[in-house]
Amino acid sequence: MSITLSIIYLISTVTFVIGLKLLGHPETAKRGNIISAVGMILAIIGTILIPEKLENDVIVPIVVPLTNYILIGAALFVGSLIGWLIAMKVEMTKMPELVSLFNGFGGASAMLIGLVEYGNNVGDAMQTSTVIAAIIIGSITFSGSLVAFGKLNGSLNDIRLPKYNLINNILFLGLLAFATYIVMMGGNNALLIYGLLFASLIYGLLFVFPIGGADMPVVISLLNSLTGIAAAITGILYGNMVMLVGGILVGSAGLILTFVMCDAMNRSLSNVIFGAFGGDSSDVGATATGKSGGSIKKTTASDSAILLNYASKVVIVPGYGLAVAQAQHVIHELELLLTEKGVDVSYAIHPVAGRMPGHMNVLLAESNVDYDKLIEMDDINPQFPNTDVVLVVGANDVVNPAAHNDPTSPIYGMPILDVENAKHIIVNKRTMNAGYAGIQNELFFNTKTSMLFGDAKSALTELVSELKNM
Amino acid sequence: MNELLEFISNNLELIYILILAIFIGVELIKNVPSVLHTPLMSGANALSGVVIVGALLVMLQADPNDYLALGLGFIAVVLGIINVVGGFAVTDRMLQMFKKKK
Repeated sequence: MSITLSIIYLISTVTFVIGLKLLGHPETAKRGNIISAVGMILAIIGTILIPEKLENDVIVPIVVPLTNYILIGAALFVGSLIGWLIAMKVEMTKMPELVSLFNGFGGASAMLIGLVEYGNNVGDAMQTSTVIAAIIIGSITFSGSLVAFGKLNGSLNDIRLPKYNLINNILFLGLLAFATYIVMMGGNNALLIYGLLFASLIYGLLFVFPIGGADMPVVISLLNSLTGIAAAITGILYGNMVMLVGGILVGSAGLILTFVMCDAMNRSLSNVIFGAFGGDSSDVGATATGKSGGSIKKTTASDSAILLNYASKVVIVPGYGLAVAQAQHVIHELELLLTEKGVDVSYAIHPVAGRMPGHMNVLLAESNVDYDKLIEMDDINPQFPNTDVVLVVGANDVVNPAAHNDPTSPIYGMPILDVENAKHIIVNKRTMNAGYAGIQNELFFNTKTSMLFGDAKSALTELVSELKNM
Repeated sequence: MNELLEFISNNLELIYILILAIFIGVELIKNVPSVLHTPLMSGANALSGVVIVGALLVMLQADPNDYLALGLGFIAVVLGIINVVGGFAVTDRMLQMFKKKK
């Protein structure tokens, strides 16, 4: 391998590690991202300017025809433009689906590389295995990410075939057997490889379809990790260090992130993948309503405004409803108004508020909410007993006391925000429908709770104008 | 079985790198505050776009008359670079919002 290219790849790899490291702290995160991006650009430019290929385990320089260079330039230009435009245009509430979509593209790229390379590596069992692994993982990531994308933007619903776990597991084993067969067969059989591609794509669909919408972040993180692994495998195929190390880094980082997210919801990964609760809200919700009994207390914007106006400490609990209604700017206005009136206002951020851990922070930061006002669960929970009013906006499961006192509840044991300890609780929700976990919330029936029904944005706007008149 | 052992002994260096890289990945992410999980996921997603290097290699090595390889490679490069550019740009946009107010 050319020494120049080796050094370039080495630098890129180091920037990836440093970049990931810096991404872990709020002050350095932006720099970290830029450093990794520079490393990536270096790797891309180096690869193009110093073309080499692996031949009989030795890397040799190659001469590239002009046509190829023109096509590469065109592809890079078109793709960069598309990526840039999507990234700049998308609304911040759409973040999770966007990450999923981009991730799917990465998977598809690995899948296509595998398809092209299959024919070039006939006879070498180890190489064939690598190619096949790239095809399988790449296509599962591709189709799985597209389903996750569709679910997050609401165009796809949960679909569960009867005995889907059994079917999926059998299909997965079948896929492995099929792959082994192709490797054993050797030879170049296009039909077999397209069959494998098709089966992997189907598996990706069936894998993600039954998983509830609330668990999509976990799935995306897992699929992200898989894309990393696919990249690493392709790296082995080309004897390419930057792909190998970069891919593995993303693979292991993504996997850990997946576990951290599961942890925050007090679920195991297998529970997320095979449990499939969280979509079937209709019947579970109905029975739970009966159990909670009690009656709810409705309130109006003006009553809520009075309550907030005379409070000395208010905690806002934002949830996905706030994100969907695009109410992050109004809530900030409300916060400023209350602060002006001498009320101590802070935000309680549950680790899985929104659709992704940290999603709520991104949204609130977008509307200029002060970083110091966002308080994490463990720090805010002891403060609820001396909080006058808690304003829950579009959050449900993360404030459901069933997590503490109902062992039969699917969310039992999940750490929650203990808002029921506050003196008053105002819950803004569109309807009485159950939350994403598909279970009813007894908090709403609490005597201290009043319900402010309506879309988060219009309800909060009304609240703000009432407060202004006071 | 023998083939596997042979593979291991031939690629010992590779296996060392693999295992150490896994540990680095785990250590880097383990203690990240949850506020940064979304940008981190997005950043890691951009990094997984390193697969673009493979797509470029496909196109660099393809015979100009091999339309299948060139075509598939072209799509792979487009998709890969969307992942890279989009991923980094969107992460940057997210992190832009974390700037403290003056």
